[in-house]
Amino acid sequence: MLVAAAFAGSLAFIVILALYLRSKPILDTKPLSELLLNSSWLPSQGSFGLYPAILSTLYVTAIAMMIAVPLSILSAIYLAEYAKESLRRRVLPLVDLLAGIPPVVYGVWGVLTIVPFVAYIAPVVGSLGIPAAGAGRYSTGFSLLAGGIVLAIMVFPVIISITVQVFRSVPFEVREASLSMGATQWQTVKHALMRVALPGIAAAVILGFSRALGETMAVLMVVGNVFIVPSSVFDPAYPLPALIANNYGEMMSIPLYDSALLLAALILLLIILMFTLAARLILIRIERRVTVG
Amino acid sequence: MPHISIRNLKVSYGAHNVLKDITVDIPDGQITAIIGPSGCGKTTLLKSLNRLIELQEEVKVNGKVLIDGDNVYDPQADILSLRKKVGFLSQKPCPLPMSIYDNIAFGPRIHGVKGKQILEQIEELEKHCPNNEVCPANTRNTARTHKNGEMDLLVECYLRLAGLWDEVKDRLRMPASKLSVGQQQRLALARTLSVKPEVILADEPTSSLDPVSARLIEEQFQMLKQNYTIVLVTHTLRQARRIADHAIFLYLGEMIEQGPASKVLCAPCEAKTCAYISGEIS
Repeated sequence: MLVAAAFAGSLAFIVILALYLRSKPILDTKPLSELLLNSSWLPSQGSFGLYPAILSTLYVTAIAMMIAVPLSILSAIYLAEYAKESLRRRVLPLVDLLAGIPPVVYGVWGVLTIVPFVAYIAPVVGSLGIPAAGAGRYSTGFSLLAGGIVLAIMVFPVIISITVQVFRSVPFEVREASLSMGATQWQTVKHALMRVALPGIAAAVILGFSRALGETMAVLMVVGNVFIVPSSVFDPAYPLPALIANNYGEMMSIPLYDSALLLAALILLLIILMFTLAARLILIRIERRVTVG
Repeated sequence: MPHISIRNLKVSYGAHNVLKDITVDIPDGQITAIIGPSGCGKTTLLKSLNRLIELQEEVKVNGKVLIDGDNVYDPQADILSLRKKVGFLSQKPCPLPMSIYDNIAFGPRIHGVKGKQILEQIEELEKHCPNNEVCPANTRNTARTHKNGEMDLLVECYLRLAGLWDEVKDRLRMPASKLSVGQQQRLALARTLSVKPEVILADEPTSSLDPVSARLIEEQFQMLKQNYTIVLVTHTLRQARRIADHAIFLYLGEMIEQGPASKVLCAPCEAKTCAYISGEIS
């Protein structure tokens, strides 16, 4: 059992080491700054700039979280605190069901509904002159926004079901204490329950976040996969997971190509690791603040 | 002080009738003890007075609870001001997840009491408790000069009123959960009082406390009854005998007997009350 535990614990390091060894050839021939900050990806000409892909990954995840976090936390608060038990009993299984839908189904559904929707609203929103919305440019719909929306929907069930559980685990007496002083239900949620629930909600968001960062299939199908630095949410993008999934195994005759893709995988892993670590630190700080009061 | 009359009150959880047709008046400015065996509906009766009972799922309430003539179950009744007026002290003290200071400041804050209103509230409090020094002059002067001075003063006054000030004055910013259970219950009392209730409902407030803390709470109640109507659910007859002025005996959801505590608790008329008092049923 000890061996098994040690093996599980060291797995992450083994993966990182393997990825590092396989991406060493390209790291030896090109400076890291060029690989990270160059925007041209022309493998046949020996140019491997990962900058647009790194940026796309961060953008698409950020969009997804901006949509998912407020909506899912509000729905969770409604389900946990306002809804009747009978409604909660009916809705929560449906939310959990969402978590079980395979990503490829989300992808197909995104292509059929979200992509046309984004293509439809792009000119309208674009004409409003919002900087990140691209002034009046034509969009196919395969875009950062489409990827973000599909991802957000995939993240909903994760955040909602954990947050509902967190709220339900707050002792009934806390509600009673607050309400018995004439506080409204919202004041009770905001000032009393939220303080207890905050670490749990943060954990839910972190879990959703890491799911969004690494999600491949659904994003790949709706995000357009064009290797540019996106300047608007209606531009297509090419996140790291999609880049790896689309190209690995093909055109392996091109020198350094597989090494570049493995470097991409390593970078993705490091980004996720970095964010998880940062999230951990934030969580510890929140927990300390909550207990200190 | 408000007058509470309960008229034909019936409460049921699903198909289970917990209270069957209760009609009783609760005297003003006294301590009324609700006694009876476990599961007879004491807590239900108590919580129906400020509609906390409605937090339970599938609860049904019929009949009237009149406070100063207004039925609290009227669809138009303002439940927030009702709960402000009729405070509640639970069996197990439950500090809000915040500091000692914020626990007391919570009520005034949510009701938007600030600045001058706080000082008025303190003056009113002093008038009620002339023989109890709740607001020493020196702290009163600092209140005018400090930022948030009024709220600091209010917190101090209520902590003094609940007899907790000396124990916590150096650690007001500490989480309230770090206090002992006895201290937490006095904090809960101070918190309940901070929104200026006129009635205090207490659900076995001393059952989870050690004897010393329990005694402190009882003494507080004795003092508070001059200005508040107190309704107390209690498990222990001895406590009821010590502090109650009026008593209501419930048995299986029905009110068997009510009247002055000395009569109900020492020389009851009804056979069931006698049996309970003598320990034959519990």
